[in-house]
Amino acid sequence: MARPVAYNVKIKPLEKDISMAEMPEGHQGEGFFATSLDKVIGLARKNSIWPLPFATSCCGIEFMATMGAHYDLARFGSERVGFSPRQCDLLMVMGTIAKKMGPVVKQVYLQMAEPRWVIAVGACASSGGIFDTYSVLQGIDQVVPVDVYVPGCPPRPEAIIDGVMRIQDLVGKESLRRRNSPQYKALLESYGIQ
Amino acid sequence: MLTNENIRQRLLEKFPDQVTGFEEPYGLLSFEAPKEINLKVLNFLFDDSELKFRFLTDLCAVHYPNQQGRELAVVYHLHNLEDNMRIRFKVFTDINQPDVYTATGLFSSANWMERETYDFFGVNFVGHPNLKRILNVEEMDYFPLRKEFPLEDQSRIDKDDEMFGRGGSIF
Repeated sequence: MARPVAYNVKIKPLEKDISMAEMPEGHQGEGFFATSLDKVIGLARKNSIWPLPFATSCCGIEFMATMGAHYDLARFGSERVGFSPRQCDLLMVMGTIAKKMGPVVKQVYLQMAEPRWVIAVGACASSGGIFDTYSVLQGIDQVVPVDVYVPGCPPRPEAIIDGVMRIQDLVGKESLRRRNSPQYKALLESYGIQ
Repeated sequence: MLTNENIRQRLLEKFPDQVTGFEEPYGLLSFEAPKEINLKVLNFLFDDSELKFRFLTDLCAVHYPNQQGRELAVVYHLHNLEDNMRIRFKVFTDINQPDVYTATGLFSSANWMERETYDFFGVNFVGHPNLKRILNVEEMDYFPLRKEFPLEDQSRIDKDDEMFGRGGSIF
């Protein structure tokens, strides 16, 4: 019997040869277009996210498939995987983080420049998963703030792409003042950062 | 040719009444000795021209919480590479004073294995050059493989015991 597949069952025809990002809301007339700076910057940022993969186990293998030709994260502007935290926007933690690895994740997060986002891929990074044991960190949100959690053990590439698209959504809608807000400072403070 | 019987005879000649508890589970000769003479026994097994147990395969500990006064066993797995013979040597110690002499003088490989045994069981290897945790986080304030400590992470706050098969209403 054929295995039921829940993803990509409908063949979606290509709308045009070149897809363009949608125009933000604004006012336009002959020769001008006016919108808010937030939206323009959000549009630029969300379509050029540089991910930093922090892959420690099987979820990392799924990420390799996600970056490959078949699933192709490059379609969402994230083909440039950086291996220097200084240049990256999105920390992707994929896999079990042992307690001894916790300070390393935090160090990498601290080395990233603002604005920065974090995605916890898979059950282990999100909650410790099946490794409810003395040596494993019970979710990376104990050491760094997390924006998006992707469930699965390991999640399929589609799920990772879905997580990245949710990050894109957050990035596109983020107010430029968010990182200066007292709430954000309090959040970082609760992790002992700054 | 070296046999389990030969090894037993040699040990009983050298350490009468001290080497005890001979067993041969699955053909592997096992025995124990008081912890004070562990180095003497290891040295004898190493130096003896017949026995030549010169390779330390493994060094670990076992916790038997019900054995009063001999709760912790330190187990040495030794290998004679020439005759391809293996033996297992145990010493028992009181958990309240888990001092055992270090084998690092005899086997360099004992260094990390003793650190691991200290890390997980808290066996204090007297004379070890660098006895500190090797695998666990340095801040850890207990020895996780001792039976009184539950396996699960005690800092977890978001896990439902029912989902992990630990009690709850579904059983």
